[in-house]
Amino acid sequence: MAAYLGKRFLRSFLTLFIILSIVFILVRQMPIEGYFPNIEKMTEEQIQNGIEQMGLDQPMPVQLFNFFKNLITKGDLGTSRIYRNNVPVTEILAPKIPVSIKLGSLSLLVSLLFGLPMGTLMAKYKGKFFDHLGTGFIVLINAVPAAVYYLFIQLYGTELFGISLLFDPDKWTSWILPVLSMSLGNTAYYAMWLRRYMVDESQKDYVMLARIKGADENRIMFRHVFRNSFVPLAQYIPTSFLNTVIGSIYIESLYSIPGMGGLLVDVIKKQDNAMIQGIVLLFACVGVIGLLLGDIMMVILDPRINFSKKGGDR
Amino acid sequence: MGLIKHPNLEQLEASCTEALKNNLSNEELFAFSEFDQEEVERTGVSNYSYWRSTLRAFTRNKLAMFLLALTALIVIFTFIQPYLPNQFDPILASNDANGLPLKNQPPDSVHWLGTNDIGQDLWARLWSGTRTSLFIGIAVACIEAAVGILMGVMWGYLRKLDFLFTEIYNVLDNIPSTITLILISFILKPGIGTIIFAMSLTGWIGMARFVRNQVLIIRDRDYNVASRCLGTSTWRIIMKNLLPYLVSVIMLRMALSIPAAIGSEVFITYIGLGLPATIPSLGNLINVGRKLIPNPGLLYQLIYPTIVLSIVTVSFYIIGNAFSDAADPKNHL
Repeated sequence: MAAYLGKRFLRSFLTLFIILSIVFILVRQMPIEGYFPNIEKMTEEQIQNGIEQMGLDQPMPVQLFNFFKNLITKGDLGTSRIYRNNVPVTEILAPKIPVSIKLGSLSLLVSLLFGLPMGTLMAKYKGKFFDHLGTGFIVLINAVPAAVYYLFIQLYGTELFGISLLFDPDKWTSWILPVLSMSLGNTAYYAMWLRRYMVDESQKDYVMLARIKGADENRIMFRHVFRNSFVPLAQYIPTSFLNTVIGSIYIESLYSIPGMGGLLVDVIKKQDNAMIQGIVLLFACVGVIGLLLGDIMMVILDPRINFSKKGGDR
Repeated sequence: MGLIKHPNLEQLEASCTEALKNNLSNEELFAFSEFDQEEVERTGVSNYSYWRSTLRAFTRNKLAMFLLALTALIVIFTFIQPYLPNQFDPILASNDANGLPLKNQPPDSVHWLGTNDIGQDLWARLWSGTRTSLFIGIAVACIEAAVGILMGVMWGYLRKLDFLFTEIYNVLDNIPSTITLILISFILKPGIGTIIFAMSLTGWIGMARFVRNQVLIIRDRDYNVASRCLGTSTWRIIMKNLLPYLVSVIMLRMALSIPAAIGSEVFITYIGLGLPATIPSLGNLINVGRKLIPNPGLLYQLIYPTIVLSIVTVSFYIIGNAFSDAADPKNHL
């Protein structure tokens, strides 16, 4: 197991390195305006000087090497020029990260809290009213773009609960709508897969045997079927983690939550290259780490996983 | 299931003994046989048709049929709408009697869905936008399928490439697709081509991986080994033995990537990297409507694009699922 984990870590680092390089090279293709706050008023010479100062005229491999050197030795992600002039990117990001983490973990928790009971009940009442209701919900959430239903939750939710549109991190009521909207996608996801696994599981012979023995139906459902169906569900946790990251970009900007996702939309609109690079890199890291944690969780939850074979294709 | 005629064993035996009698050389005896439709039908034929059964199972699903008709109507209507009488141009602004732009006119008999803040007719914009969004969705689905199937078959079928492809996949799959979408749309010039390119760039990976896994499972089954031994070309094995097996899931993925692409368009427009305002799309319309939320009197500008968008996406989702069920041979009895 240690060998497997070591290999998996190494792979993640390698992946991260490749992704960072690709993103870095891509961002360098963006127009040069993204590095100067007021390029219209600058002379040709000043622009040339600025480019030289930032090292943008050097060949790509040198720039890439310098970037990694600064990142590893100083934890430096570059300097913002437009969003806030001459402030290190890391300094801007530092207060935003905890907000995003809180929002993301709350919404994951809520989706587990709603999604698991929903999937269980749907499997228990398969073909009955509750199952149809749940299926309708899942179809709606899966098919209608999140960008659209988030809007309507904001539109009618704020009216319904009498919450002001302005986000206040200290008031718990302003967290309700963002967390709820962000968790809907994952709720539907968990409910859908849990229902499917539980329906498959409850058709197995041992369940029938338990029924014949006269075991309590609820006991069969929760003690046996639910437990066995929960294990394969763990493989969806990384994906739902990624969904949360993506959802945060939209949700945070919609409710003006001072997190990283909202910031990304801001700096894109202001075209601040250094900031975009920093945030995109951070999101890429979050993605890689999320998938890594998901894989580790799978190993812990399901001892049957074959370590030697699994490394190649996750 | 149809009637299966028993292979005519006697005839086969006769031809074999005849071949031996004629003293054919070893090369001739073990030469690869060519494909011959007549020979196939001589041994055993059933009147089971995959596509006929699929169609029958699909048409039995009333909801899916209804939504299919509805979607087809919407698609056709987006094309004929500009030629109907009393229509406005989606780009040109209308002026009132005084020559001023007709701003934020509520729905009436002239402007069926009202006008927006610069006097453009929303009815015309809605259908023009639906056409754009549907085009984006369908184009992305087709490109994803084409590239994904091609790559997937190569990945699964050619053993030498497997390691390389798997490593590339492990890297690409770790990048959140939204990040790629944002980066590409930011670097390239905004436009329909950019959006389609950016979405296709990430979408094919999932399809390729799926096809690869299936190909890996099926490629060494006995009937394919037999086929290879008889000298069937790789191309024919892929086209006739592998891909038909995958039709149902490929169709499902394609049907699901249409609503996903339309949704991504809305998202990318919201971030400010979508289509320019001169090209109406559902994303553009919804984004304009979103800014009017504080003004309840103008909500009609948000509601109608949302309704059309929801109908289109839910329809494709349900049709895709219904078709995939219908295309599964297990449901053909």
